[in-house]
Amino acid sequence: MPESNRVKIQIKGIKDGLLVTLGDGDWNDLQSEVLKHVEEKSSFFQGAKIVLDVGSREISASDLGTLRDRLADREVLLWACVSKSLLTERNSQMLGLATRLSPVAPEKDVGTPLESSMVSEGALLVQRTLRSGSKISFRGHVTVIGDVNPGAEIIAGGSIVVWGKLRGMVHAGADGDEAAVVCSIDLMPTQLRIAGRIAIPPKREEDPQPETASIKDNQVIAEPWIYK
Amino acid sequence: MTSTVVTITSGKGGVGKTTTTANLAVALAAAGNKCVCIDGDIGLRNLDVVLGLENRIVYDLVDVVEGRCRLRQAMIRDKRLPELYLIPAAQTRDKSAVSPSDMVNLCEELKSEVDWVLIDSPAGIERGFRNALAPADIALVVTNPEISAVRDADRIIGLIEAEQKGPARLVINRLNAEMIKRGDMLTSIDVVELLAIELVGLVPEDEAVIVSTNRGLPVALNEQSRAGQAFHNIAHRLMGEEVPFLDMEDKPDLLRRLSRIIRSGGA
Repeated sequence: MPESNRVKIQIKGIKDGLLVTLGDGDWNDLQSEVLKHVEEKSSFFQGAKIVLDVGSREISASDLGTLRDRLADREVLLWACVSKSLLTERNSQMLGLATRLSPVAPEKDVGTPLESSMVSEGALLVQRTLRSGSKISFRGHVTVIGDVNPGAEIIAGGSIVVWGKLRGMVHAGADGDEAAVVCSIDLMPTQLRIAGRIAIPPKREEDPQPETASIKDNQVIAEPWIYK
Repeated sequence: MTSTVVTITSGKGGVGKTTTTANLAVALAAAGNKCVCIDGDIGLRNLDVVLGLENRIVYDLVDVVEGRCRLRQAMIRDKRLPELYLIPAAQTRDKSAVSPSDMVNLCEELKSEVDWVLIDSPAGIERGFRNALAPADIALVVTNPEISAVRDADRIIGLIEAEQKGPARLVINRLNAEMIKRGDMLTSIDVVELLAIELVGLVPEDEAVIVSTNRGLPVALNEQSRAGQAFHNIAHRLMGEEVPFLDMEDKPDLLRRLSRIIRSGGA
């Protein structure tokens, strides 16, 4: 088979639209390949919702955004991008694309024991401010260097540390780990969840101080961080 | 000649995007720039009304994009200022009539002719917003000192960063000095602290804005208006000048107010 006819992308119908799986190759080639497919079968693709599976490829937000806009020019909606790369997943989330599909999520670890999953997945370091609308979901611990603004969400299997102002919604121990904690320099989340418990912090008058929230006696309690 | 595309956006509706666009365009044109403003709100056009040019529309943005007229034919010249033009939105179509790459191409063409292109983005974070943002060199986020507007501004700033059009710059509109003094309104300091982007404008609440909008005479044409002055200041900051902020967001005590009166009287 000649080089140019090699299958670089696969398209199949799924419940959530069309799943486009990218094979090996240069991003620009793959992008034009996708667009070529769309143009050749424009009546088939018109109004379609596309899920892109990019494997473990790392793709910048601007590349993804460009593809999304080009598809939009052709009346095709790119609504989700699934990837094994954390960076790509994060960039997709920044653009407001879905990154998880309900039944067809590729190779999801099912039934991994909680402890080992946390050890193996370690922690995620986020070095930017999370603005309203951004969401971080991670099975391990999450550390943010920056603020978490109102309207932003962090859902972590482990603990959450925010080196900055915490104003959004955080859920630590989301897989049921009651030992998880939430720490911040200025702990004033919209809502704070640890495992299955939900707390809404009271309005505070005094100056902010570093605090740690944890479950004690079946209650979520925030305590000031004491230097020793 | 370097030409700059500025997109004025906010997320939330009703915070003053269109007013800001119209007045910035007037202020930039008054400072001797050739300036085009584009109404990006296809289907809900307003900018023509605020500029008082509604009755002169023949062709619109969608006509240009779909090739029914030349770019020049859709540019309505404002007779009050020599170098101010408007490209109006179509009222009978919707956002999907134009794509982000259409806007990029349009602005490329305009850039060879004018100094400034201002794009009035529609509210929301969907297609219309992306159309308006695609060609932007500078994204200007307008907000009001109230929680819901600031929340939406934060979301929009995040999206602008994601599209690699950041860092956005901030205009806080409708600051009410009395309410701030009573502690009933967010101060500009509160807003800037949360949004953490460069502040380029503080616009006081001013009844003259509503009056002038209704008459189709942008308030920046009115030399008496404090809001008008604020828009001129923003324009000069965009042009790279250092302009001090109007004194309004802090609580002026009697002494400072007196000293200001004396200073302005002496000058």
